[in-house]
Amino acid sequence: MKKVMIGNYALSYGAKLSRAQVIGAYPITPQTEVVELLSEMCASGELDAKFIKVESEHSAMAACIGASATGARTFTATSSQGLALMHEVLHWAVGARTPVVMGNINRALGPPWTIWTEQTDSLAQRDTGWMQVYAQNNQEVIDSVIQAYKVAEAVQLPAMVVLAAFVLSHTSETVDIPEQEKVDEFLPSYDPEYKIDPDNPHAFGGLTGPDGYFELRYQIQKAMEDALAKWEEIGREFGDLFGRHYGLVETYKVEDARELIISSATLASTARGVVDELREKGKKVGLLRIRVFRPFPAETVRSLLSAVDKAIVVDRNISFGASGIFYQEVKATMYNEKNKPPIFGVIAGLGGRDVTVKDIMNIYEDVMKQDEPKSDIIWKGVKI
Amino acid sequence: MPEKTEKQIVYERVKDMPPLAVSLYTMDYNKTGSWRNIRPVINYDKCISCMICWKYCPDVAIYLEKFEKDGKEKYKPIIDYEYCKGCGICWTECPVEGAIYTEEEAG
Repeated sequence: MKKVMIGNYALSYGAKLSRAQVIGAYPITPQTEVVELLSEMCASGELDAKFIKVESEHSAMAACIGASATGARTFTATSSQGLALMHEVLHWAVGARTPVVMGNINRALGPPWTIWTEQTDSLAQRDTGWMQVYAQNNQEVIDSVIQAYKVAEAVQLPAMVVLAAFVLSHTSETVDIPEQEKVDEFLPSYDPEYKIDPDNPHAFGGLTGPDGYFELRYQIQKAMEDALAKWEEIGREFGDLFGRHYGLVETYKVEDARELIISSATLASTARGVVDELREKGKKVGLLRIRVFRPFPAETVRSLLSAVDKAIVVDRNISFGASGIFYQEVKATMYNEKNKPPIFGVIAGLGGRDVTVKDIMNIYEDVMKQDEPKSDIIWKGVKI
Repeated sequence: MPEKTEKQIVYERVKDMPPLAVSLYTMDYNKTGSWRNIRPVINYDKCISCMICWKYCPDVAIYLEKFEKDGKEKYKPIIDYEYCKGCGICWTECPVEGAIYTEEEAG
């Protein structure tokens, strides 16, 4: 069934269709509608889940972890400061191997107080061990939540479905809501091997010395590596069932491309328009949209970039003292390659400043005039 | 299930381990009493068997022993020094002056 809905509701419907059983939630702009709708669904009985109101995002995640450890499917959503407050327990969800799924609406961090979009909040959590998938439209939001549960439960790692504040969270788009019956077929109920069970008691997460901890960390990394194939495999399976195929990345007109624009989420949608305009002018440009950021699709990035003459990474985020975060990842991935293009890093649209087709066109034209990047950051649109 | 020795569960290789820290170590192995530098001591002449110390002990290091007094069933709290970390909460919460006192102890 097709319905017009905002990105926030797409998250709620994704959780509902996945039959989330426990929702721990605390509201924050621009995420509020996600949990508002879920609370209404729980109140009306449309969704058979326990809705736990908590006093902070830290507790929201703690509630999800506890519930997940009993074998329940859990969901929460947050944004910006809320995600930052969760930081400690994000690590816990990973170490406890609880496949919690969370929506995060990319909002810039304060101060100054702000509510507009930027990716630094979620990217600052990149080393926690959470999987991260960046959606480019509301259809992908709902579809990604369902896939995220399947991947998360397969590899026993939590997953974050990330979308841009306002650009998606409060923008109405047509969304094809997957049928419940087909979702049930795609995503069976969750039954982990290890769970809190009064009939078979175990101690969870107890003190573990240096002779055991190292191996547990090794297993998390292995699970992340397994997840690379899972996102591809499950994205294909989803496509076969629902007609929309997904993978670690999305490529657009890359087959004969000499130059590659690399971006993520809604910025990549804008860049797709730029690619079309440039193609009309005879330029051989392609687009690489990195959809899954953790685990990082290094192999795919390497094979695509080693075939082009120039690559431009457009980041709506910054690691202060270094550069754009997708740029760092792409550059590091290419370092040991023999054939590697010069890689240009652009920072644009921080704090929700609009990034237009014209902006990305200007970026492309500027980069074409340079043989090598002069620095790690090309600032686009900042009033220097 | 993995081999369980008296002290700890031993895994030879990663493949034998669970993916999470589930019963990796048991409390038979983690004897936290060695952390203690303040030792709480119960003076049973003053103890009224209210069981507040038992209820408040955050490490379940106080257990109860049943006894009879004047035909009534009572419980005597006993501190398990193998696990008591010496936090002093039992001493703080005890409602009877002097029923629990503390001694300094080398850690």
